[in-house]
Amino acid sequence: MQGSIPILRIGKTLITTVHVELRDDVAQAFQSDVLATIEKTGASGLVMDISALDTVDTYVARILAETGRMAKLMGTTSVLVGMRPEVASTLVQMGYTMDGVLTALNLESGLRLLGQQLVTVAK
Amino acid sequence: MPVNVLQRHELKIDCEDDVVLVRRKVKAIAQERRFDTFAVAAVTTATSELTRNAWAHGGGGVAIVDVVTDGSRIGIQVAFRDQGPGIPDLARVFAGGYSTARSLGLGLSGSRRLVDEFSIDSETGRGTTITITKWKPF
Repeated sequence: MQGSIPILRIGKTLITTVHVELRDDVAQAFQSDVLATIEKTGASGLVMDISALDTVDTYVARILAETGRMAKLMGTTSVLVGMRPEVASTLVQMGYTMDGVLTALNLESGLRLLGQQLVTVAK
Repeated sequence: MPVNVLQRHELKIDCEDDVVLVRRKVKAIAQERRFDTFAVAAVTTATSELTRNAWAHGGGGVAIVDVVTDGSRIGIQVAFRDQGPGIPDLARVFAGGYSTARSLGLGLSGSRRLVDEFSIDSETGRGTTITITKWKPF
């Protein structure tokens, strides 16, 4: 599909980098792809990297937050990483909070956070 | 102070892809006019919300993107005009209590907080025009 978002698997973790501006239909397809890939691979963790996005409106924010919550229902912990300062500022000003989604500054700290979360869950 | 229009672009809002096209145009103009990254994100995001509303709730329409000046500041002014059903209960929309499948309430009330000026003219059965302005000093 044109503009689709690749999903990489490393061990039990899925990493997806949203590298293009998300059209509404692509955002919707992204959500379905991620959930289908979780089912197929049995991934225990999901990292969504949005550092390439310089604008995130409430539609895309909702898709991302929903994807995280859906993954959680399936038993997969997810972390949203790399939100740019101007995106964070815009979302908060609009009154949009990404409830129920773990966040980290960048991919590296996101993977670390995911590791900690999964250790806690395993205990 | 009177506002002069320096540049005008009229873009149609006919399909989902136009949400991307309109916001790209506004972003390009904001960058070209050297708005800071926070202001670019704010006006681009508000544009995205309001274009989507015009398409999803208003059945499409036009976005008129103006570069304006009041003599001491330069501004980006965008008017989103649709011929949709109108918004029957504006107060409720802005209270954030209005929720539809595509979150009309959050998009409208959120957009208002991202820009310097926001006006709405909606008549039931006639359509809605929303105008936003984001300013920066010269």
